[in-house]
Amino acid sequence: MSEESNIDIYRRRFLSGTASAAAGLAVAPGVMLTEVANARPADQAVTSEVRWGMLIDTNKCDNGCNDCVSACNEEHNLGGFDRPGTDAQWIRTVTLKDKQTGNVQSLPLLCQHCEHPPCVDVCPTGASFKREDGIVLVDKHICIGCRYCMMACPYKARSFVHEKLQDQMPYSPRGKGTVESCTFCVHRVDEGITPACVEACTAEDHNAMTFGDMNDPDSEISQQLERYSSRQIRADLDLNTGVRYRGI
Amino acid sequence: MKQQEFKEISGGKPFYMVLGFFGLFVLAALGSAWYMEHNGHWVTGMNNQIVWGMPHVFAVFLIVAASGALNVASISSVFQKTAYKPLARLSGLLAIALLVGGLAVLVLDLGRPDRLIVAMTYYNFKSIFAWNIILYTGFMVVVGIYLWMMMERKMNRFTKVAGFSAFIWRLILTTGTGSIFGFLVARSAYDTAIMAPMFIVMSFSFGLAIFILVLMGLYNWSDRPLGDSILFKLKNLLGVFVGSVLYFVLAYHLTNLYITRDHGVEEFILLNGGIYTSLFWIVQVGLGSLVPLALLYGPSTGQSRGWIGIASLLVIIGGLAQMYVIIIGGQAFPMEMFPGKEVSSAFYDGVVGSYTPSLPEIILGIGGVAIALAATFVGVRVLRFLPSSLADEAVDPHYPAREAEATA
Amino acid sequence: MTNYSFITLILGLLLGAGAPVMAGDAAADENSGSFYIPEAQRRFSDAQGCVEPTDEMRINHMEYILDQRDVTVHEGIRTKQYSLVECINCHVSDAPDAPRYESEEHFCNSCHTYASVSIDCFQCHADRPLKSSGYQHRSSINNGHAHTSADAAEVTREQPQVMANEGTGNE
Repeated sequence: MSEESNIDIYRRRFLSGTASAAAGLAVAPGVMLTEVANARPADQAVTSEVRWGMLIDTNKCDNGCNDCVSACNEEHNLGGFDRPGTDAQWIRTVTLKDKQTGNVQSLPLLCQHCEHPPCVDVCPTGASFKREDGIVLVDKHICIGCRYCMMACPYKARSFVHEKLQDQMPYSPRGKGTVESCTFCVHRVDEGITPACVEACTAEDHNAMTFGDMNDPDSEISQQLERYSSRQIRADLDLNTGVRYRGI
Repeated sequence: MKQQEFKEISGGKPFYMVLGFFGLFVLAALGSAWYMEHNGHWVTGMNNQIVWGMPHVFAVFLIVAASGALNVASISSVFQKTAYKPLARLSGLLAIALLVGGLAVLVLDLGRPDRLIVAMTYYNFKSIFAWNIILYTGFMVVVGIYLWMMMERKMNRFTKVAGFSAFIWRLILTTGTGSIFGFLVARSAYDTAIMAPMFIVMSFSFGLAIFILVLMGLYNWSDRPLGDSILFKLKNLLGVFVGSVLYFVLAYHLTNLYITRDHGVEEFILLNGGIYTSLFWIVQVGLGSLVPLALLYGPSTGQSRGWIGIASLLVIIGGLAQMYVIIIGGQAFPMEMFPGKEVSSAFYDGVVGSYTPSLPEIILGIGGVAIALAATFVGVRVLRFLPSSLADEAVDPHYPAREAEATA
Repeated sequence: MTNYSFITLILGLLLGAGAPVMAGDAAADENSGSFYIPEAQRRFSDAQGCVEPTDEMRINHMEYILDQRDVTVHEGIRTKQYSLVECINCHVSDAPDAPRYESEEHFCNSCHTYASVSIDCFQCHADRPLKSSGYQHRSSINNGHAHTSADAAEVTREQPQVMANEGTGNE
């Protein structure tokens, strides 16, 4: 920023933009993560005061419902090439059948955004990293495509981009030869909006997914987590996942 | 024992023909790598379930064998067995060459091989992979210095120190390679400390098998005498190593068999894993371990060069099978996320991952072997790595005595 | 940055020679060694076309983008001024037939081809603006867009200018 006037021009525009964003959201209640006044300004770094998390109530998950998956695929343009073995899947619905009792349930499985992510530990270049606010991401600029993180992830949450892509979403860059996974819709979260899957689930009135700040005792997710028992998948690994489940 | 004379092998047309033969494989491998990178990895057998395929089988095998190939030199410099001293130079050369071949395959299979410089400049020191990058490059430097100490008369007095450093380095290196799998908490087949020592013992075995074959090949090709004495020493050692690998495999599986949680993966590998079960029992254990043991210690086969060569080849094939079972079998077994539940999804949860190696992957892997052999071949041509004779009287310190005994 | 400075030197020489030609005739005149830089969609401000003076951007745009890249990915700083997405939004048409990066008609590649610079940004990043897809309607994120606010749009409509024109002032 060489000229002071540029900053002013820029700031003015940004603020006016934020105001209109807020106006637009007034008609879509339940989507905003925080009061606009408390939202993190775009020029400030994320901090560990926030830890984003998700609570999934599998009892509210309809068997056969795929809304969260479709929303994710649309949001990030994960269309794929009709090659299920190599196409990317950031979130998938998994059906569980109890071997003893025969009870069947289904749940969405995505990157669990661990506090101690094995993918981050093993990444040779540091491309796999955890943001201060707990979101686990791949910095595709320094990912060399070694796929060690995919070997290490206990949730099989990551996909390798197996072919050349075009028309990626501008806010969700992804490309051949690098590894990717659920970003918790970080581009939305940074704007104060819930991830696309949560929005879709809420829009259909399933309300199986709650997203919010697990460090904020007043957030809906924290209150629900306090009130009801929930569990982590592969809790035995003690990774302190950011995604918690009820009903499994 | 007289002073060893080291000489380059002769050049000329035959040399370039052999080199060209290896070159064809290297070119084919480069073509395969280009094809895979250009199209993306979907043209390989790999997918989001099996993320490491045939190139990794070859690459890890070569890297493990590389450190093992150095063993002959270590035995001479560190453990002071003078009989192995004439072989030490070749041992060091082969170690570097195998490592280069393995790394080439590993790098060419990356999603972004063009970012090799990133791998060299960004380090996450908690990653054993990052450590390995340092260990691999360091290995080449340390062994290079070791070779220099051995080959430069003025520096000979440092040979022992250099050899000891190289020996320690290779132990750490193979520990690092084994730990790539040992440190993986997610998958039932890995996540065990035995991986590191098991990989070390595997390196002894695979590296020596390759060393024996290369030694026999080079001496045959250059018409130099290779006596029984040194060859039988090596083959006896190979037998010990093959047995040791079997012991580690046994310990690994017994431990898993005792732990209920791991019964699934054991059943998969040992009983109903299809190709992985066949590879384990028939190729790894049968052809790759028991048959070579019988051949190496058999009263008549153990005295035959042909059979020793075949036994070494079988150990290599068994080693590749073992890598396949560890790397690909370990990934194919579905991850256990929900104990007590049958799992299904559109992302292949709960089912055995499918993998069929594609031709480009296999060619790339073989190309790595070709790089290693070509580099060795060039090495012995341009520098004095090979003794002009390994006939019994030239290497065996007790040869005259034995001869006298035999004639008495 | 030495590799860039060489390119910059060459570029500066060529641009200096080529700019008057472009001002007169926007079409590329290959014989004279100049090339066609596609027009930007709008101006950053009344005072200047791009987010920094044009000369500065020509020389150092990669530095701004690189700095922004790291803070955005790792720290979640999403200011728009130096964001690659905004470069594309302004410099590439959102028409369905807008050129892709492979084309020399693409703003970035028009110069990169000329200067023999090879980049891999667009293996992952979109090389064209997000078209008016359902996305913008579904959630309101893009209302916060710096360049879509009303005043900026007006500036654009009233004062359409070829960015290359600004280069002529420096001769």
